[in-house]
Amino acid sequence: MSAHANTYVPKSRLAKWFESRLPLVGLVHSSFVAFPVPRNLNYFWTFGAILIAMLMSQIVTGIWLAMHYDPSAANAFNSVEHIMRDVNYGWLLRYMHANGASMFFVAVYIHMFRALYYGSYKAPREILYILGVIIYLLMMATAFLGYTLPWGQMSFWGATVITSILGAIPIVGETIQSLLWGGYSVGSPTLNRFFSLHYLLPFMILGVVVLHVWALHVTGQNNPAGIPIKSSKDAVPFTPYATVKDVFATVVFGIFFAYWIFYQPNYLGHADNYVPANAAVTPAHIVPEWYFLPFYAILRAVPDKLGGVILMFSAVIILAFAPWLDTSRVRSANYRPIYRQFFWLFVVVTILLGWLGSKPPEGGYVIAARLCTAYYFLHFLVVMPLVGLFETPNRLPGSILESVTGPGKQVSGSGMPAGAAAAPQTKG
Amino acid sequence: MANHSATPSANYAAAPSANPVVNADGTIPGTDGTRRDFMFLATGAALAVGAGALAWPFVASMAPDAETIAAGAPLEVDLTPIQEGQIVNVFWRGKLIFVRHRTEKEIKEAAAVPMKDLIDPQADAARVKDGHAQWLVVYGNCTHLGCVPIGHQGQYEGWSCPCHGSLYDTSGRVRRGPAPTNLPVPPYGFETATKIRIGEEGGKAAA
Repeated sequence: MSAHANTYVPKSRLAKWFESRLPLVGLVHSSFVAFPVPRNLNYFWTFGAILIAMLMSQIVTGIWLAMHYDPSAANAFNSVEHIMRDVNYGWLLRYMHANGASMFFVAVYIHMFRALYYGSYKAPREILYILGVIIYLLMMATAFLGYTLPWGQMSFWGATVITSILGAIPIVGETIQSLLWGGYSVGSPTLNRFFSLHYLLPFMILGVVVLHVWALHVTGQNNPAGIPIKSSKDAVPFTPYATVKDVFATVVFGIFFAYWIFYQPNYLGHADNYVPANAAVTPAHIVPEWYFLPFYAILRAVPDKLGGVILMFSAVIILAFAPWLDTSRVRSANYRPIYRQFFWLFVVVTILLGWLGSKPPEGGYVIAARLCTAYYFLHFLVVMPLVGLFETPNRLPGSILESVTGPGKQVSGSGMPAGAAAAPQTKG
Repeated sequence: MANHSATPSANYAAAPSANPVVNADGTIPGTDGTRRDFMFLATGAALAVGAGALAWPFVASMAPDAETIAAGAPLEVDLTPIQEGQIVNVFWRGKLIFVRHRTEKEIKEAAAVPMKDLIDPQADAARVKDGHAQWLVVYGNCTHLGCVPIGHQGQYEGWSCPCHGSLYDTSGRVRRGPAPTNLPVPPYGFETATKIRIGEEGGKAAA
């Protein structure tokens, strides 16, 4: 929807002077005020706004925590306890930051499954979608680096396990490992550079988010019907409709976030991380944070080290190929009776993989993890291409408006939903 | 550039074209020639070398620094207090090393394993020093992803890794995956019958 008119007209002389030199206000107006939004969006479309709110929350709490944190192996653990006990509201900043990471992933997983269900990755949104996969990769790197900073047992052993993964790369692996460690093993130089990179990556995420939003405003939003906006009756202006809905959803999500901060601040972490790092003892049961568990299960499902590493990275990278693996031209799974069932099977398998990742790697758990890993890849490599070829999709509605009002009905007037401007005297 | 000016330079005044800014075949003078190509390639090459020279210190600064290397000097370990059957942890270069005083039974078990039963075949004799079969010195991080295996555990009573279930025998050899290789033997040598020096072998310091 790049062709929509820029309806911003500067009124004051100062605004005119500024706009003719840098049309910034016009850009914001066309992107976040006049931007046409499909009228049938459901609440799954509010997670983009929620994610931006979470990114801002993480950046702000992170900058404040960095004012009190000491990134050296000797002092890191104590400086985190200092934040918790001595710094005014330090406990709040740290719990917001630690639980914020989990909430960030909750929101991004809903956002990603939304994209997969409604076919938001299909033409013309491939670049938009791939930018999203890049953001997800950067998020994973940032979360991993951040988790090492408290320098507890899980921090230390998580860093050891993940940097050992890079050692599996043939030829250059050990050099990369040595450059990451800055020594012969995970130690103080490692922690110091991880802190530096943990501070850098969120701003890189912010940069890719700008591209992601830009790409979104070129192609326009997908919607539950998966059909494009054909007339002004299919759309409503971003402000006030999407703005208010996004703000409302973000506030509700904030309540969910607050529950974790104030009532279960350590539930999503590991008790072992309150034990200072000790290179001589591995925690009895070492697991990553919950949001990495499906990939951890895939890593452990393979009996070969390099093979496990390749498969784990492939599980993320394969997401970027979804636009070309899915052969169906119908976007929304609402109109794809066969694919819809496979989609929910994929969701169940992914959650199952997460559960298996938290279990010890023995007996039936390993067999189950292998079966689930196989299905994870089959979904992308076999189900997506074949179902698209053989499935007969349901009839698509003629327009977004028709998908909302039912066939044959008409709504008069502009792009506003029925009743939106009716009886203003009753609307406070 | 002289050849783009309104008054052609002496070089181009002799050119056959009536318009000195464009050649007869429509190309701009010099673009097909060798001087501009040379300048382009020379500038590009200088830029590439310069970028590499600038990147080098940034990458090299991430390598282990002088302080870390100095702290990695060889380490002497006195074996006298280590009881038979005991495993002692020592650190060299921040890495955990197990020093294990093996029992007669453990040595026999390690020596008796047929090579074909091993994932990473290596004789027990090749993993200890001649005449010191009771002393096994190996790195203490699982070769899978670096966790610390727990001693005297698992089916082979060597080590068992709590992270992903790898098992090692009493020679530190991997017997069940996912670990791909045996626990490596660090460079070390016997100073006396009861003292070893880790990080130096045959008088040569480790890299």
